[in-house]
Order: sequence, then C-alpha cells, then structure tokens
Amino acid sequence: MAAPSPGSGPVTSEFAGAAAVTLEGLRYTIGPRTILALEYWSVPDRGRALVLGPSGSGKTTLLQLLAGLALPSAGRILIAGRDLAAMSEGDRDVFRGRTIGFVFQALHLVRALSVLDNLRLATFLTGTERSREELEALLQAVGLGERAGARPADLSQGEAQRVAIARALVNRPRLILADEPTSALDDRNARTVIELLLARAEEAGAALVVATHDARILPWFEQRLELGSGR
Amino acid sequence: MNLLRLALAYLVDRLGTTILTILLLALGVATVTVILLVGHQLRDRIGREIAGVDLVVGAKGSPLQLILSAVFQIDVPTGNVPLAEADIVRRHPLVARAIPIAMGDTAGGFRIVGTEPTLLEMRGAALARGRIWQAPMEAVLGAAVARASGLDLGATFVGAHGLGGTGFAHAEHPYTIVGILAPTGTVLDRLILTAVESVWQVHAPARPQPTGPPAAEEHGAEAHGDGAHRHGEQEGHVARRAPPEKAEITALLVRYRSPLAAVQLPRLVNAQPSLQAASPAFEAARLLAIVGFGLDAFRLVGIVLVTAAALSVFVALSNALEERRGDLALMRVLGATRGLVFRSLLLEALLLTGSGLVLGLVLGHSTVEVLAALFRQASEAGMTGWVLAPEELWLLPGVLGLGLLAASIPVIRAYRTDLASTLARA
Ligand SMILES: Nc1ncnc2c1ncn2[C@@H]1O[C@H](COP(=O)(O)OP(=O)(O)OP(=O)(O)O)[C@@H](O)[C@H]1O
Ligand SMILES: [Mg+2]
Repeated sequence: MAAPSPGSGPVTSEFAGAAAVTLEGLRYTIGPRTILALEYWSVPDRGRALVLGPSGSGKTTLLQLLAGLALPSAGRILIAGRDLAAMSEGDRDVFRGRTIGFVFQALHLVRALSVLDNLRLATFLTGTERSREELEALLQAVGLGERAGARPADLSQGEAQRVAIARALVNRPRLILADEPTSALDDRNARTVIELLLARAEEAGAALVVATHDARILPWFEQRLELGSGR
Repeated sequence: MNLLRLALAYLVDRLGTTILTILLLALGVATVTVILLVGHQLRDRIGREIAGVDLVVGAKGSPLQLILSAVFQIDVPTGNVPLAEADIVRRHPLVARAIPIAMGDTAGGFRIVGTEPTLLEMRGAALARGRIWQAPMEAVLGAAVARASGLDLGATFVGAHGLGGTGFAHAEHPYTIVGILAPTGTVLDRLILTAVESVWQVHAPARPQPTGPPAAEEHGAEAHGDGAHRHGEQEGHVARRAPPEKAEITALLVRYRSPLAAVQLPRLVNAQPSLQAASPAFEAARLLAIVGFGLDAFRLVGIVLVTAAALSVFVALSNALEERRGDLALMRVLGATRGLVFRSLLLEALLLTGSGLVLGLVLGHSTVEVLAALFRQASEAGMTGWVLAPEELWLLPGVLGLGLLAASIPVIRAYRTDLASTLARA
C-alpha cells in the first residue's frame, strides 16, 4: 500500500511512474468568487485519497478539475504526468476516456441503455474493445452478474451505484474519481461499495480519489485532503 | 455498441414521441408523393395519348370535347362527319397520315372503335395473340378489355348502341374476336378495335353490305407482309371499300407532313361546312392548366404538412436533448469528443427523418395504388403506385435537409453544452 505523500516534492511528467495526481498552485474562480485554492497536493500512483469538506466546499469542483471537465483559472494539474490544460479539447476528451474513470454523485447512468450496454457505451466512446465475457465478469465482480439486461430505472440505489463503479472501471483507468459514492446508501451498502471500489482499484492498479462528507468511510483511507468551508 | 445502436436505443426509449414524429413526417411526405405521382402520371399519360397526333378533325363543337372523345376516349363525340368531307383532309398533300376513328357502340362498357391498323402502329401496340382484323365484324380487344371480359380468340359478342352502354343490342351483327393486344399503357387497352366498315355495317339500313370478301382478300395479302407494307395503302383505303352512300366517321387523327401544315390545315378544315380542327397539344395544355390548379392546391397542403412535421422533429429533438443534457455531458466524460456526440445526435435526427421519409414514400405510393384499385377512373387513367415520379428524387434531399435543419439547432446547443456545469447541476 502506498503511503500518503503530501509535500513529498513535485513529480515531473518525464518520470515513468508519475504520480496519479499532482496539483500546483491551483486556483479556480467563477466570476469574482474563488471556489478552490490549493498550493500543492499529490496522490501517488495506485494511491488512495479522500477529499473531505462540508457541502459547498468545492469537492465536486476539485474532482471535475482533476477530470479535465473544467480548467483551472491558475496553476497546473498533472494527471499521470500529463498537463490537462496543455492538451487540445479533443485530446483531453480521449485522454480522459482512457485514463480516468469517473463515478458521479448523480451516477448518470444512461436510462435508454441496459446495464450491459452502459458498460459497452463507455468502451465504445473510447474505442476500446471488451468482449461480452469480460463485461459480464466485471458485472459479476460488482455483484450484478444477474442484472446485465436490466434498465437503470429498475435498479436499487445500491445496484445503480455499483453499475456506475463498474462503468468507471471498464476502460482500466489509471485514476478513479468517485463523488459521494456512499452518501445515499445505508451502512451495509456503503460498506460494500467502498470495499468494492478499493478492491477493484487495487486489482486494476489504479489510484482512487473519493470525495465525500460521509464520515463512515474515513477508516478505509490514510490520505486525506480537507477542504475548508466555502468562501 | 456503435453510433447506430446508441441512436436507436434513444429513439426506442421515447417510442411514443418517435412514432408520432415519424407519422407526422410520413403524412406530409405521403401527401406530396401522391400529388407528384398523380401529376406526373397524368402528364405522362396525356403526352402518350397525343403523341403522333398533330391535329384532330371532327364535327364542329367544343374542341376540348373533340380531343377528349377522339383521342382520350372519355367524352362523347361532337358528332360525325361525312366521309366525303373527311377525305378532303386525308388527301391533302400536307397530311402525312390520317387515321379514321368511327364510334357508336360499346360492348361490356368498352367502346367499339372502327379504325385502321395504322392506329396500332402509331401507338406501338403489339398483338399478344391472334391477328389484326382483316374483314368487317372482326375485332381486336385491348388488353384490359380481354382481361375484364374473359373473352378469347374466336368468341363472338354484340355491341350495344350508343356510348352509354344502355342502348339496344345489335344482335344481328355479332363481332368475332380475332386478336388480343398486349398492354400499351394507353387508351387502346380499353378499346375494342375493328375496321371502320364494321361500324358502317352495324349501323347501315338492314340490307346486305356490298363489301366483305374482296376486302378480306386484300387484307389477307397485307397481313403476310410486315408493318412497312401497309403504309402505301393508306390513301384511299376507305374509298376502295366502296362505303355506303352517306358513310360517316367520327374523327380523323392527323399527322402533318411539314410544319407548314399547322398554318394551313386548321384553316382549311374549319372552312368545311361540318368540320372543325382541334390541336391535341393545345387542348391538353388547357386541360392540364385546369387540373394543375387543383394539384397545386394539394401540393401546398403537402408542403404545409411537411413543414409542420419538420417543426415536430425540432420539438421532439429539442425536448429529447434537453432531457438528455446529462447523458451528453456524460458521454464527453466517458471520452467522447464533441464531434462524436454531434455525429450521434445527427444520426438520430437522420434516422427520424429518414424513417418518416421512407414511410411517407411507401404510404404515398400505396395510396395511389389503392386509389387505382378503388376508383375505376383512376385505374382507367392508368394510375399506379408502382412508378417513380422524377420529382420525388427532390424529396430525398428536401426532407432530409429540412429534418437536419430542424435538428441542427438543438444539436448545436448540445454541442456547446458546458460539461462541468451540466454535470454539477444534475
Ligand atoms: N457552475 C457554477 N457556477 C457558479 N457557482 C458554482 C458552479 N459550480 C460550483 N459552484 C459553486 O462552487 C461551490 C462548490 O461547489 P461544489 O459542487 O464543488 O461543492 P461540494 O463540496 O461538492 O458540495 P456538496 O457536498 O453539496 O456536493 C459552491 O458554492 C457552488 O455553488
Ligand atoms: Mg458535490
């Protein structure tokens, strides 16, 4: 298990085993308002980190910046050694699809598609190939082997959460970002989901960053980033 | 998973809206298609019927009626003209060809027309079976007549006096069927053709006809040759048969020898005491102008429908994309470029309008086919759904273009969607 490494020095992109995440002088503003300001933060390759903070403190915003869904107003974000802001938009889209798996707070499963096709969509959009067997094995691993043909609308909250996790894993990302993956779940489901995330990330060799205000999952993480209340 | 499956999944997901949109579009396209098909076939048919006829000579009266009766065989004739006067036209040096038309009776609702084999040549009609008439009271059936009556070679039938089909039967003058024509796509299909002499014989005062055997021999020799041999015999054909004293024909279908005839001949004809000349091209144009107005009105309705349908495509896609902003942003997060998202939405719009277009075309063609089956007039006019009007080709780019235009606004809006705010809001 990688140890937390705050302040262990900047990691250059030339380094083959680059850190999964490196932030330098990050600032994100909307209009006159500064939503986020972080001098330095890093998550090592295969690391596990928790982003904590009250509602409105910028947890979701940080994950979106890490995924290149928004660009910082100032500072640099390196993901696996690559500067997202330096890429063209199209390159960033492709890089994101191949390198980052995102589990949304609101899940965003495509309700027009079956569970299996939701996974297929993720592979199709990045141009990766996965056999039906591989996809079914993945569903099996998140405990949804029987639900491949179901529509998202027919799933329980916990099941839907696990589909979203499976989808984030399907392209074998180097970094998994999960936004409040347990907040809507009861204790048992929350435990299942967080253990699933950790196990799958471990197995896939991916780094995991979870944003939450759910104190129940604190014990599973060594590295923590506390965001202050909204300014 | 591919773009097509994705687009289909979304269309199926809101099946109700999808079906309604497709139906609305199909209705508009079908309306336009029916109008195009009917208009095209009408023009086409009229052109085929008047081909080779520069002038129609008949009894004085309405020129349109003369054309309708003698060429299209739909109206009653303006009357008959004495053979002697008609012969002035036939013998005129500026006339290349003059085909006599003698009407008076029907059989089984089909007109019996006395004429000469040249009429068949002019229409390129071929015999499906049997031979051409060689003596009076021998008849050749048009394809539709043969089909409808079920009569075959060697069978006999009698004509009913008058064109209404309700007159007394000429029971003492039976016709013998000697030939059946292959379909021509012209009015010939619905005619019973015979020698002009037959019509005279049926309507002559009850006394033996002087003609008969000699004429039969003459034609017998002719039938052995091919079509080219008949040309030389045209002039004076009727006269050689020694027609009855006051023989009449209904009309002459005239082909000019030179453009000069167009100037001289009508004037000469109209100067005769009982003759009038009518130009089929002119009357047909007049007819089309009248019908054309109706077609234009319908075309307008069709265009309004298609436009309304395009608006419904716009509304359907706008709503769908509004509902799906999250999905679109999600696709981007999953690694789709703007271009890919754009293409998937465009494909969806294309599927929607494409299905509406195809369904509309099928519906339009079927409607014409059903109309032809339901209404005798439509089938008699040769209407069928199994042809393609050339203007229909414009429907493809037209409707697809309109559909894509309608789709472009919501699609471009989706294209511009800001990822972070969309996902954060959901
Ligand atoms: N597009 C935007 N426009 C304006 N303000 C925004 C936008 N996105 C985020 N914010 C603001 O930024 C702040 C941080 O929002 P964010 O969603 O990151 O909070 P959070 O920590 O995830 O909260 P929660 O725990 O409730 O999910 C909030 O005050 C929010 O109102
Ligand atoms: Mg949040």
